[in-house]
Amino acid sequence: MSFKRLHELIHLADEKHMSIGQLMLETESEQSGQTKEEILEAMTRQFDVMAEAAHTGVSQPISSRTGLTGGDAYRVSQYLQGERSFLEGSAARAMSYALSVNEVNAGMGRIVATPTAGSAGVLPGVLVSLLDEGRYPKESLVLALLTAAAIGLVIANSASISGAAGGCQAEIGSATAMAAGALVELAGGNAEQVGHAVGLALKNSLGLVCDPVAGLVEIPCITRNGLHAVTAMAAADMALAGVRSIIPPDEVIQAMYDIGNEMPSTLRETGLGGLAATRTGQLLREWVLGDSSKPCKRGESHEI
Amino acid sequence: MRYNSVFEIIGPVMVGPSSSHTAGAARIGNLARALLAEEPIVARFYLMGSFAETYQGHGTDLALIGGVMGFGPGHPGLATADLEAQQRGLEYSFQKKNFGFFHPNTVTIQLYGETKEVNLIASSIGGGKAEVQEVDGLPVKFTGERPTLVLYHTDTRGFLAKVFHIIDGFGYNIARLSMERWNPNGNAITVCEIDGYVRPELGETLKAWIPELQDYRLIRIE
Repeated sequence: MSFKRLHELIHLADEKHMSIGQLMLETESEQSGQTKEEILEAMTRQFDVMAEAAHTGVSQPISSRTGLTGGDAYRVSQYLQGERSFLEGSAARAMSYALSVNEVNAGMGRIVATPTAGSAGVLPGVLVSLLDEGRYPKESLVLALLTAAAIGLVIANSASISGAAGGCQAEIGSATAMAAGALVELAGGNAEQVGHAVGLALKNSLGLVCDPVAGLVEIPCITRNGLHAVTAMAAADMALAGVRSIIPPDEVIQAMYDIGNEMPSTLRETGLGGLAATRTGQLLREWVLGDSSKPCKRGESHEI
Repeated sequence: MRYNSVFEIIGPVMVGPSSSHTAGAARIGNLARALLAEEPIVARFYLMGSFAETYQGHGTDLALIGGVMGFGPGHPGLATADLEAQQRGLEYSFQKKNFGFFHPNTVTIQLYGETKEVNLIASSIGGGKAEVQEVDGLPVKFTGERPTLVLYHTDTRGFLAKVFHIIDGFGYNIARLSMERWNPNGNAITVCEIDGYVRPELGETLKAWIPELQDYRLIRIE
């Protein structure tokens, strides 16, 4: 079997007295023929890639390949060492880590798509920050990735995780929902609370268009990952506090799908509408890509 | 179900910046290379939709070039695939072209080797997943995630029965199957996805026992 509806997943987990993460592990093992240990090992290797990408940009300023963006993860992590920041602790650190992952990505460095590269910062942002704080052992965080995967499978199979098909809501919205649900399970919340966290997080992302400047996974993608790492934690806290998603999570996912279908193609990863179409967006496009018939200026050095 | 595994959602480990435009494009290149089954000399890429609008900034061009040279989505050489192509003497070109109702991230690849050529349409459907849509003008869908037999044959009665008999003899289960032909008794392509590991001898056995089978590929893209 595979996962297509969240309520089925929650029901099955309750029935088997398992967490969603454990249920996912068992199902993956049955379907792939791999042992649970093999799956967890492979997932741990991915977690290590995530941690590396989360740390790279906060320890030194890094720049994107085009030179459009960079250095923000470092800026934020330096600032957070002072005492003026509003965000503190896990959330602040998660924000800087998420920025870092997407800066590494924009530099054609190695990341893990979670579920996509454009939204690759959110999950590592929150999970690696919890690892570094020592709040949870690595094994629990790797299992949380399986919880996130189960949620992602539901969204991918009943809606979409492609920005070109469904807008940014399908990418960052999915990532935020996956992270929120994973955090709830990590904190000991039940499967139903996981569902509410997914609903709350995804509702907050509905309608987000994919309008990156020059079509690049940089503006607004990088900062959006930073901000949504914080949103994921907030949604998890709400669900753990007992806040419910009044619209059932499966219906929220359906709404996301419908909204995506009604979105014009200019706002679905074509780099034509929205922020990409602003005066500055167009100037930046010209600066990076030049005449669109010519090849991109690659690997030029620049200061950040 | 389109997505089945946790590693389709958490993963792949990939070189950025875009799962659909970089990792998926590299996979499409890998699929084209596997279908050609020899070293490519000339690659012509026709891009539509989002691919056509944004390919340079996403490194889609580098990923496609790297892909047909055999670089996977996590290969660090993708970032400099254009230089590698120059060294290998691979000639390539990119053009915008709308070729119909497909996923917005779709490419047509004409790939030429010393003795063979292949023409395929494939889409990057999100999260680094890629799906072939057409091979040599026939609607044929597969992803290469499972071992996939692509059989080039003439449309004759009993062909599939013979294929099934041999696959069954090897003890394999067929996960997905399709057959398309240009016209009755004409050329046809059968695509057969198989569960689990497949020994390479399967292809040779099919070729030896089924005279209508002109050629085959056994494809698995890790």
